[in-house]
Amino acid sequence: MLEMLQFPFIQRALVAGILISTSASFYSIFVVQRRISYIGSGLAHAAFGGVALGLLLGFSPVLTAIPFTLIVGILTVYLQEKSKISADSIIGILYSISVALGIIFLALKENYTADAYNYLFGSILTVNTDDVYISIVLFFITVFVFLMLWKNWAYATFDREMAKADRLPVLRDDYILMIMTSITIVVAIKIVGVILITAYVVIPGSFSRLISNKFRDMTFVSIAFGILTSIIGLFVSYELDLPSGAVIIVIQSIIFGFTLVLNKFRFNS
Amino acid sequence: MDVALKVDSLSVYLNKLHILRDLSFELPVGEYMAIVGPNGSGKTTLLKTVLGLISATDGRIKVFGNDISEHNSKISYVPQVKTLDRTFPAQSIELVLSGLNKKWSFSISKTEKKLAYEMLEKLSASHLADKQLNKLSGGELQRVYLARCLITNPSILLLDEPATGIDLVCEKSVNHIIAEYNKNFNTTIIMVTHDWSAAYHHTSYTLLLNKQQVYFGPSDKAFTDLNLQRTFSHMGHDHGIKFGLKEISNA
Ligand SMILES: Nc1ncnc2c1ncn2[C@@H]1O[C@H](COP(=O)(O)OP(=O)(O)OP(=O)(O)O)[C@@H](O)[C@H]1O
Ligand SMILES: [Mg+2]
Repeated sequence: MLEMLQFPFIQRALVAGILISTSASFYSIFVVQRRISYIGSGLAHAAFGGVALGLLLGFSPVLTAIPFTLIVGILTVYLQEKSKISADSIIGILYSISVALGIIFLALKENYTADAYNYLFGSILTVNTDDVYISIVLFFITVFVFLMLWKNWAYATFDREMAKADRLPVLRDDYILMIMTSITIVVAIKIVGVILITAYVVIPGSFSRLISNKFRDMTFVSIAFGILTSIIGLFVSYELDLPSGAVIIVIQSIIFGFTLVLNKFRFNS
Repeated sequence: MDVALKVDSLSVYLNKLHILRDLSFELPVGEYMAIVGPNGSGKTTLLKTVLGLISATDGRIKVFGNDISEHNSKISYVPQVKTLDRTFPAQSIELVLSGLNKKWSFSISKTEKKLAYEMLEKLSASHLADKQLNKLSGGELQRVYLARCLITNPSILLLDEPATGIDLVCEKSVNHIIAEYNKNFNTTIIMVTHDWSAAYHHTSYTLLLNKQQVYFGPSDKAFTDLNLQRTFSHMGHDHGIKFGLKEISNA
């Protein structure tokens, strides 16, 4: 099994996978605890539009998807802050527009199937050197915002009004969180695929909440869970020749489901 | 006489609804004030406006003579407890220290731990320090929130129904602790309460609120039949409820 480590594409996929899952699982705790997984799913829709545009124009899809997703992410925070009541439906429409555009872009391109398939479902074969560099940069930015903003984000996640009353820059922090989550989602698409990316930023946080007594522990458990399942998932995906995203999510779901049942059982007895 | 809180022709609209209508009062430093009014009368809205969470549509608020944005560090706030997110993994001590640090704590130093325990001890709640927040009862939670506020040594303490959900014994002790704190540290306290009797016995000033200001002044003159009827009856018709302190003291 270990001899597969000599293949450069496996090495790239592993390095990128570990670094990206660290970021995704870190933002996951906030996505889960703030109950905004629907935004995660919305960002994935937006990313789809951006990826399709990249495929149509022949650019690297990551480069076109990042601005696309960022705009949607920033608009989401803005609309939520501005119009508390009607925000949800406007945001929903925004997401649908991205998908509609994506479908049109793909339809305009001839022979799109193979590429589109890889981006929809994730493939470790497609991880190139640029992706590795991008994931290294993302990783260091994540470490930086972790050190700078974890305490703010955690406080505002616990009680937004209290954080505001203590004059924390809650809105600014929201924007930064949304920007980082958007970028992470786009970067993770190569490995996980558009369709399953929501699960990738929801399951690690949900799992760690099940077994953590402190928000700090929840943070570390989520990251460890993300890294471990990604490594296992990449190996299994290689061995069985299955799309990496689906394999990772299945592994994560199994562990999550198992823990959930175990927890209920322990709780009841 | 120094003024802790000065409210001048304050009006607040929320979603185009006129919630607070032309309030004006001055609360001297070190006084203990009750805000009494029916559900939806704007009590929480008033506290949030004083905190700067909601902006005044009209009029102004001064805290120790300054605009509210400048003087926030002296104000501490116990929210209405129902707002707590019970799925957030946290221990009581972390909540207490969030008041001190104005951030969530990543790790807790020995000094911080000591401070938090001492404060919880004063509220006879040190046994709750390492408990999960979601395992606390409403009353226990209130005490932890109170510890969170008192640990900051606030000049003004805003309490939104601190006694709700607390059993009678605890309620007495919490009311007592608040009153004690008010005396010992000359802390100005503003408390929203549904308990007229507590307001009458413990506080020096009372604001009767029904979107507009029905009464502001000494608590011992606040609870007349007429005032309470104007506060609690819907405009225009009388529910035939007898208000007033006689009923309270008999009950
Ligand atoms: N964010 C908001 N947007 C629109 N209306 C609001 C908002 N917050 C409160 N209100 C309305 O303002 C009114 C006053 O609410 P508030 O919470 O201040 O009442 P309260 O006196 O604290 O009531 P309670 O005794 O139930 O706590 C209510 O009619 C409420 O529906
Ligand atoms: Mg209220």
